[in-house]
Amino acid sequence: MSIWEYANPVKFLRASGIVLPWIVAGAALCTVVGLVWGFLTPDDYRQGATVKIVFLHVPAALMAINAWMMMLVASLVWLIRRHHVSALAAKAAAPVGAVMTLIALITGAIWGQPMWGTWWEWDPRLTSFLVLFLFYLGYIALWEAIEDPDSAADLTGLLCLVGSVFAFLSRYAVNFWNQGLHQGASLSVAPGERMSSVYRYPLYVSMLGFFLLFLALVLIRTRTEIRRRRLAALLAREHRA
Amino acid sequence: MKALLWRDLQLAIRAGGGFGLSLAFFLIVCTLVPFGVGADGGQLSRIAAGILWVGALLSCLLSLDRIFALDHEDGSLDLLATAPLPLEGMVAIKALAHWLTTGLPLVICSPVLGILLHLPGAAYPWLVLSLTVGTPALSMLGAFGAALTVGLRRGGLLLSLLVLPLYVPTLIFGAETVRRGLMGTEVTTPLVFLAGITFATLALVPFAAAAALRVNLR
Amino acid sequence: MTLISVRDLAVARGGLRVIESLDFSLSGGQALVLRGPNGSGKTTLLRTLAGLQPAVAGQIDCPPDSIAYAGHADGLKPALTVSENLSFWASVFGGPAIGPALVAMNLTELTARPAHTLSAGQKRRLGLARLMVTGRPLWLLDEPTVSLDSNSVALFAAMLRAHLAAGGAALVATHIDLGLPEAGLLDLTPYRANLTRRDDRPAGFNEAFA
Repeated sequence: MSIWEYANPVKFLRASGIVLPWIVAGAALCTVVGLVWGFLTPDDYRQGATVKIVFLHVPAALMAINAWMMMLVASLVWLIRRHHVSALAAKAAAPVGAVMTLIALITGAIWGQPMWGTWWEWDPRLTSFLVLFLFYLGYIALWEAIEDPDSAADLTGLLCLVGSVFAFLSRYAVNFWNQGLHQGASLSVAPGERMSSVYRYPLYVSMLGFFLLFLALVLIRTRTEIRRRRLAALLAREHRA
Repeated sequence: MKALLWRDLQLAIRAGGGFGLSLAFFLIVCTLVPFGVGADGGQLSRIAAGILWVGALLSCLLSLDRIFALDHEDGSLDLLATAPLPLEGMVAIKALAHWLTTGLPLVICSPVLGILLHLPGAAYPWLVLSLTVGTPALSMLGAFGAALTVGLRRGGLLLSLLVLPLYVPTLIFGAETVRRGLMGTEVTTPLVFLAGITFATLALVPFAAAAALRVNLR
Repeated sequence: MTLISVRDLAVARGGLRVIESLDFSLSGGQALVLRGPNGSGKTTLLRTLAGLQPAVAGQIDCPPDSIAYAGHADGLKPALTVSENLSFWASVFGGPAIGPALVAMNLTELTARPAHTLSAGQKRRLGLARLMVTGRPLWLLDEPTVSLDSNSVALFAAMLRAHLAAGGAALVATHIDLGLPEAGLLDLTPYRANLTRRDDRPAGFNEAFA
């Protein structure tokens, strides 16, 4: 019994069908609890009530990056081990990751307006998220453009690989290009910089909620993709016969 | 290998090859910007370095889809793939030919366009140097994008969407080199990063591009 | 000398196997004509043998750099002249001089003409002349006689016969009679893939998900 058994579409459908309701329930619970709890926290002495957008902003930003990481791993699994479900999981994760990036960008703009007095600042973090969003768009567009599913999986996998290197490079290039206004990491490990536990615990719950939400959406989309591929495969077989 | 490079250069220069198109495009971009931002010389000279880099990048983009598309249409790509030349080498040669017919002319003409945009005198050597170091990476990354989209009928627009984000680090370090040279501050750091990206791109991207071509040929 | 030997080969098109359990071999001096209805996988087989796409299963044994492939497209550049086109392929493949190839396909009077001024048949003749300048012993030909008139077909048959006499071999997918009585026949119909059988190694998405 190994994890690779779930690369079989039928097994994947069966196993994911069992865990999916639990993940959806967990995602709903954690997101609602995290966001409501976050909303009920006291105002920050410096940032006032605006700080509460952090419970939306930080988890979305976190998942935006993690979604790309997951796509990278899934692409590598496809390119090396040729597991078809893996390629479809990478395809399924892209729009979810793109939306997470968009949420992080929009909430960042809404937060930035009262804090920095501007909707948009060419700050390194904001800029690298914009670049990440462009990478997501390119990746999704390439999947859509290629008809043959095997070629599409291979080519998008290659793009994801090369894109990861350049997204990483852009992150540092952008840092070099403009030192920004953005505060340091919200959950820095260095003592003293840490945010108060009043905010930290609801943020953890919210992050878990976003993670489960991402997982649920990716599973649902992967299952849809598998069924769509199965439909196409049966049609192709029919045409051939 | 020499034969392939020679043929690509010949094809670019002969009628219908599109040689000079990207140069004309570069000129047009640099003419349009003052119409957009106003003729104030001080303002132009402040943004000239950036315009020249962005203009060079866009002109480079214009001819990318020709790198493999024509060879794919007429079947040459199939035949080249069965030739003794490794596909990685072929990709590198075609990127080199693209650079010689677009990148190099852009580098040579950039000082002239710098005059149009009131680029201050101290910046010229850095402009030429940074473009010389940076544009090969643009051609190589473009070859990767072209290899990804070679089988597609309307690959041109998609190609820009795929390639432009890859150009971000090169653009940042290239324009930063010129800006710093202009201000008289230390330029080694961005220049070294720019050269690093170019060398790494030239060393590694041919493999990715050749892999993409193999997928598109089957 | 065996130029190519194929054992238990399976090839796929569009993520589905088309041919499986194919065995054959070709030695110097032999020609084999591929037959089969449309969609039986002739082009796919030739492209797989040429190394342009991977085989799904089985083994292809042939010496390195021994295959010259000619598909539906001729690989000609319209802006280059006939001799420039041919010299280019000769130098890429490191093959012999272009003179004999021009003579064999009756192109000597056209050498200075740019390829875009040639007729379809003339282009095809130039595309076939390219085979000679590759200097490779095994020719894989996909419908080589398309748009050739009967004289040109005879020229091509003579060129092919000379190639076989010089120790070469050829695998030709064609529907017309080339006038090569010595050529063997390989009918692909019996090797048609049985898609109802499940396989551990799917050829592509269309097999993995059906």
